[in-house]
This record gives sequence, C-alpha cells and structure tokens, in this order.
Amino acid sequence: MIVEIGHYALVLALALSVIQTVLPFWGARARDASLMGIGPVAAVGVFVCVAIAFGALTWAYVTSDFTVRNVVENSHSLKPLLFRITGLWGNHEGSMLLWVLVVALFGALLAVARNMAPGVLRADALAVQGLISLAFLTFLVSVSNPFARVAAPPAEGQDLNPILQDIGLAIHPPLLYVGYVGFSLVFAFAAAALIGGRIDAIWARAVRPWCLIAWVFLTLGIAMGSYWAYYELGWGGFWFWDPVENASFMPWLSGTALLHSILVMEKRDALKVWTILLAIMTFSLSLLGAFLVRSGVLTSVHTFATDPGRGLFILAILVFFIGGGFALFAWRAPLLKTGGLFAPISREGALVVNNLLLATACATVFIGTLYPLALEGLTGDKISVGPPFYDATFVPLAMALLLLIPFGQALAWKRGDLADAVSRLLFVMGVSIVVCLAIVFIQRGGPVLAVIGLWLGIFVFVGGANEILSRSWKRGAPLSVILRRAAGLPRSAWGSAVAHAGVGVCVIGLAAQAWSIETLATVRPGQPAIVGPYEVVLTDSFSRQVANYREDVARFHVLRGGAVIRTVDASKRFFPARNTSTTEAGISTIGFGQVYVALGDAGEHGLGVRLYWKPWVLLIWIGAIIAAIGGALSFSDRRLRVGAPTRGRRKDMAATNVPAIATVAAQ
Amino acid sequence: MSRRGTGVLVAAVVGLGVLLAGAGVSHALQPGEVLSDSKLEQRARGISLGLRCLVCQNQSIDDSDAQVAQDLRRVVRQRLVAGDSDAEVRAYIVDRYGDFVLLKPPFNAHTLLLWLGPVIVLLCGGALVLWGRRRARAGTPALSAAEQAELQKLLDDRERRV
Repeated sequence: MIVEIGHYALVLALALSVIQTVLPFWGARARDASLMGIGPVAAVGVFVCVAIAFGALTWAYVTSDFTVRNVVENSHSLKPLLFRITGLWGNHEGSMLLWVLVVALFGALLAVARNMAPGVLRADALAVQGLISLAFLTFLVSVSNPFARVAAPPAEGQDLNPILQDIGLAIHPPLLYVGYVGFSLVFAFAAAALIGGRIDAIWARAVRPWCLIAWVFLTLGIAMGSYWAYYELGWGGFWFWDPVENASFMPWLSGTALLHSILVMEKRDALKVWTILLAIMTFSLSLLGAFLVRSGVLTSVHTFATDPGRGLFILAILVFFIGGGFALFAWRAPLLKTGGLFAPISREGALVVNNLLLATACATVFIGTLYPLALEGLTGDKISVGPPFYDATFVPLAMALLLLIPFGQALAWKRGDLADAVSRLLFVMGVSIVVCLAIVFIQRGGPVLAVIGLWLGIFVFVGGANEILSRSWKRGAPLSVILRRAAGLPRSAWGSAVAHAGVGVCVIGLAAQAWSIETLATVRPGQPAIVGPYEVVLTDSFSRQVANYREDVARFHVLRGGAVIRTVDASKRFFPARNTSTTEAGISTIGFGQVYVALGDAGEHGLGVRLYWKPWVLLIWIGAIIAAIGGALSFSDRRLRVGAPTRGRRKDMAATNVPAIATVAAQ
Repeated sequence: MSRRGTGVLVAAVVGLGVLLAGAGVSHALQPGEVLSDSKLEQRARGISLGLRCLVCQNQSIDDSDAQVAQDLRRVVRQRLVAGDSDAEVRAYIVDRYGDFVLLKPPFNAHTLLLWLGPVIVLLCGGALVLWGRRRARAGTPALSAAEQAELQKLLDDRERRV
C-alpha cells in the first residue's frame, strides 16, 4: 500500500510539473500575476509529491519489502539500517529518484525564497526548473520505475554491491547531487534571462546564492568521493582521472568560473553574455555527467544499470536541454546589452584570465574524457587517457591559475596597478618562500615540481590570510581595533579569502604527496616493517562475523622510536549474498598525515603488506572543506539578500563617484 | 614474545592466508613479485605506473588488484631480467595489447587533437578575449566637447573642495 502511494505520488508530481512548466511561463508572457502565482504553489507541490515517493521507497527499504524489485535487487535484511537506507540511491532507479528529489527541492526553494528575484524572471526560472523536473519524472515513470513489484517475492534480497556498503554512500551521492542539480537552477535563471531578453546586476544578485550553494555542495561531494576512493580502493590513490570523476570535476571547474564571472557581472555589469553561456555550459556538463555515469557508456562502480533504452532516454533529455539551451543562447544572446569597461590590469582583467584558464582546464578534462570514446566510435582504435596526460596538460593550467589568485585579489576593480599589487604581495611572497624552503630543508630536498607546487599552495594560503590582514591592518592601531576592523569586513570578503586559503591548503596537501613513502613487505607477527619515520608491526589476526559479511582482520601496531603510538586494523570482508570480497585498508591518522596499511597475499613467508606514510594527506580534503566553508560564508553575506538593509555608505559613494567618471573619461 | 605466542600468531597468519586464498582476490604489487635487483625493480615500477590495467578505470598495473595487472607486472619484470630496455619492454606490451595499455597516449595522427586540443582552446579563448575587448572599446563613443567640459568642471569643483 505504501509503495503504491509512493508510485501514485510520483505520477502526481509529473502532472504538477506540467502545471509548473506551463502556467508561470504563460503568465509571464501575459503579465498575469495570478497565473505566475501558480508557479510557486506547483513547485512546492511537486517537491512534496516527490518527497512522499522518496519516503515510500525509503520505507520499503527499511522494512526490507522484498515484493519491490528495486529492494530485492539492492538490499538484504541483515544489512545495517544505515546501509538499507543508503542502498536506495546505490542503484539506478533509486539514484534517479534522488536526483529528481533534489531538482524538485531546488524548485521549491526558489518558490519559497520570495525576495530573491523579480517576478517575471522568477516565473520563467520556475517554469524552466519545472521542465527539468518534468523530463526526469517522465523518465522515472516510463522506463525507470523504482516501485515495480516482483511477481514472486523472494525471501531474501540480493544485497548491495559491497563496495557501496559504506558510510561514503550516505554522504557522497547526496552532496554531489545537490551540487549537480543546484546548477540546474542557475541554468533555469540563464534561460529565463534569455527568454526575457534582459540581464543585469539584479539577475547576478538573484543567481549568485544558488550558484554558491551548488558550488559548495559539489566541492564537498567531490572531496568526499575522493576520500572514499582513497580509503576503500585500498592502494592510497585519491584521484584517478577516471571518466566518472572527470564527469563531476567538469561542472566544478565550469561552476567555479561561473562564480567568478557572476561576481564581475554583479559588481561591474560586464561579462554578461559569457556568464549566461557559462551557466548553460555548467548545467550541460552536470547533465553530461549524469548521462556518462548512468547510461552505461562508461562502466564503473558508479554504473548501476547498463540498459540501452534508458541510456537513450537520458541522451534525449541531454540533447533537449543542452541543444535547447544553446539554441536559445544563439537566438537571444545578441539582444543582451554589454557594458562595463575595464583596463586589462584590473580585478576584472584578472577574473577574465581566471575564466580563460578555468574554461581551458575544463575543456582539457572534457577532451581527455570524451576523446577515447569518440576515437573508438570513429576509427575503432582504443586508447587510454590516464594521469600522465593530465599531468602534462591540466597541471600547468592549474599552476598558472594558482599563481594568479593572490594577484587577482590584490588588484583594484576597473583599473589596477600591477606594481602596487606586486609591492603589496612582497610580504606574502617572502613569507611563502621562507616557509616553503624551511619545509624542503627539513625534508632534505624533493622533486622540483613538488617544491613549486608546495610553494604555490603556501603562496595562495598566505595570500588569502593577507587579504583579510591588509584590509584590517592600520599602522599603529591596537590589536583590538584591527580585530574589530577584520570582523567588520563583509562576509563575502571573508568568504573569498577563506575559500582561496582552502584551495591553498588543498594544494599543499597534494604537493606533499611527493614526499610520501611506500614500503612493500612480507611480515610475520612481531617483525617490524619500516615506513618513513614509523615502524609497523603485525600483532594479531582473527576472523569475525559482522552483520551481512565475514571479516578477516589483521591488527598492527604503529611505533615511533620503539613506542606504540597507534593500533590499526586492516581487513578483508567477504559478502556471501553476492559472493564478493572487499579490502579495507587500515588507516591511522598522525597529525595531518596517515599511515596506510593495505593487505596483500598471505603465504608461507608471512603476510604481504603494502605500507604507506602519507605526510599531510588530510590537508587535501581539509582544504576542500575550508574552501566550501568560504563559499558558505560568502553565501551568508547580507549583500545577497535583496531587500535587506545595507549599511550606510552614502558618504563614501559621493566621494568615489567623481574619480569613477574620471577613469571612464581617461579610457 | 613467548615462543608459544609466536606459534599461535604464525598459525593465525597461515589461517588468514588460507581464508584469503579462498576468497580468490589478487592484489596490487606484492612483496613476492619484487625483483631482488633494486635498480631493475625501480625501472619496473616506473614502467608499471605508465601501463593501464586493462580491465580497470585508469588504474595502473602497479596499483591494481586485477589478475591481468599481476600478469602484466610479471611480464614487465621478465623482459627487464632478459635485458630489454624500458622502451623495448613498452613496445613488447603495446605490440600485444595495443595503445590502449598506455596511460599516456602516444602522439600521432589519431591523437593530434587530443594533445593539441587544450592549446587550441587556450589560444582561441585568448583571441576571443582580445577581440571582445577591441569591439567593446570601438563601441564606446568618446566624450563630446560638452561632456568633456562638464567633467572638467566636476573635477575642478572637487579639487577646490579638497
């Protein structure tokens, strides 16, 4: 019964999404406020219905209702409760239901956030968002029904792919989906602006919070996915340039560019057409990601069902929205007025270079991901594009971008002075070089590229800190005044400083991996193996039965200078329901570094182990989290809340107006 | 550690080995595969990192648990012991598995656009930015004499006030 209610709610959501698409759009054309007013109601209705459907399927999973095919294929009654719930989106139909839930959620949020955007723009954006819901709901209801029953219910389910039975599945997909789908709303706003033929700073102000939400979640989602791969796949790698990772990384790169270009548009009314194009591209890349992952074009742990019919349907959705988006752009973009002049050496100029580099980096990942598919389709030749390709292409672009960050922050809007920016950065450069050299000295050298990377990371981090310091510093002022000034800076200033510092921290962590140490050893109990500054000793091994799997555990002690400082378990799990095994690396965190123990074969000489000492490895993910916190800070800025009173600045305005005119005249 | 304790532990390890063998997993590079000649081994690792485990997503044979990766690791070491140069080992494997096995695709007619693509995008993007600037500048009319005079007045006013 509950399952039927869920199915019914899904169909109802489909019907409501038609209303959400048609009526506000019509109302916006007819300038009919009551028709436009239906949009928000319908959007909330769609969300409520999809939420009911989602709840019903969750119920089926929690109660292990093996009359539902989706539950039979992906659950097991012995699975712990958390994994029974997360198993919902650990498969094709369920993950698409989660996707639709997030699409509907964003539609509802836009409906509820009243003061965010002017009426017609909001109505059109709601209509486009409704169209996206409509497309994916049609997909679910017609070819991917998660509520289908089985004729002969089995007594036990087939369990979930063991690799997915992890806390990572509870965190990674929901974060990633909120990120992916958040950009759908940005796309909806871009389409609405094109339909209305009007775009200005108000548009930028209305869109920026949504873009920030999407970016924050996508950042966290990618970082958590990377950490999951790191501890689950068992050899210490955290980024493989695998097409599925790239699929999430492309919208991130494009979305990061978008975040910066929206800023230019909001502040200076420039880069309008480019911003609209980026908004369309970012969501297109999100859709492409969904298509690549879900259609079975690429097979990986992420591909749950390889059904050509579904792949074709998602491809049709993809072509419709991407093609429609670009067609609308080609048709309407020439109507948009461009504005906002600026000198090449200025904050805007730096942000244009930022966009150029990010877009090129994104294109590089795009080419690297799709080229092998295209080549195979055209000529039948199979090639691999692996990490060495990205090391040679992506990394230089990223390094140039990192180098630019502190300079961009130090330049003034409209017309900057490079010499002044450099002199302001002398302190940052000095500090970062000294710190970097000190680290390299302690480590007794290292690869040149890693040293450069380390310096870049420190440079960007210190640059972020300096951003706050230089704006609150006043010669001779007491600390309390400086702190008060720092606290008084707008949240968006804090946001960008913190986000950039986070990027720096992440880069430091990445560069530090050049100093990681690997030891291959065959160990017997009590016999130490040395990995970097630590010794690892096998002390015990045993088997145990846990929930729905058997586990063989090897227990190690980590010693430093003869003293035991950590105990770490590495294990191998066997899941009888699927007759598969997984390995669980033993990870012991020491400071920001980790000792990583991966089990290998056991033979008569002892147990084979692969040991790593990974200094500062946690900084990679901590940096991503700091960057996300920066995004959240920026989101909370009062400037983004249209209608919120701004602090009196009228006096300053009057004083700065005159030089502004002078600058224009000088150009 | 007492003798008896060690005995129990050894038994446990052997037991673990039997259990693991039963599960039928192979692993990333294992201590047993390592060559005794550390120079050769270092070369083997270098080559392995550039070879794709054919059944994995962009994992090198050095890191992969798959059986085929283990076989390839063995082949690499056999060829090195037989006296092949690094290039000869790679050629030997590419002859058998095609370019697909190389994580760094070779630069040839088929991969021209792959390797040059990023450069082309960067150049085109840069050109577009310059073109856009020129167009924007051309589209902005200069100030008329009256506007210029008004501006001068404003500036003078400001100077007087300051």
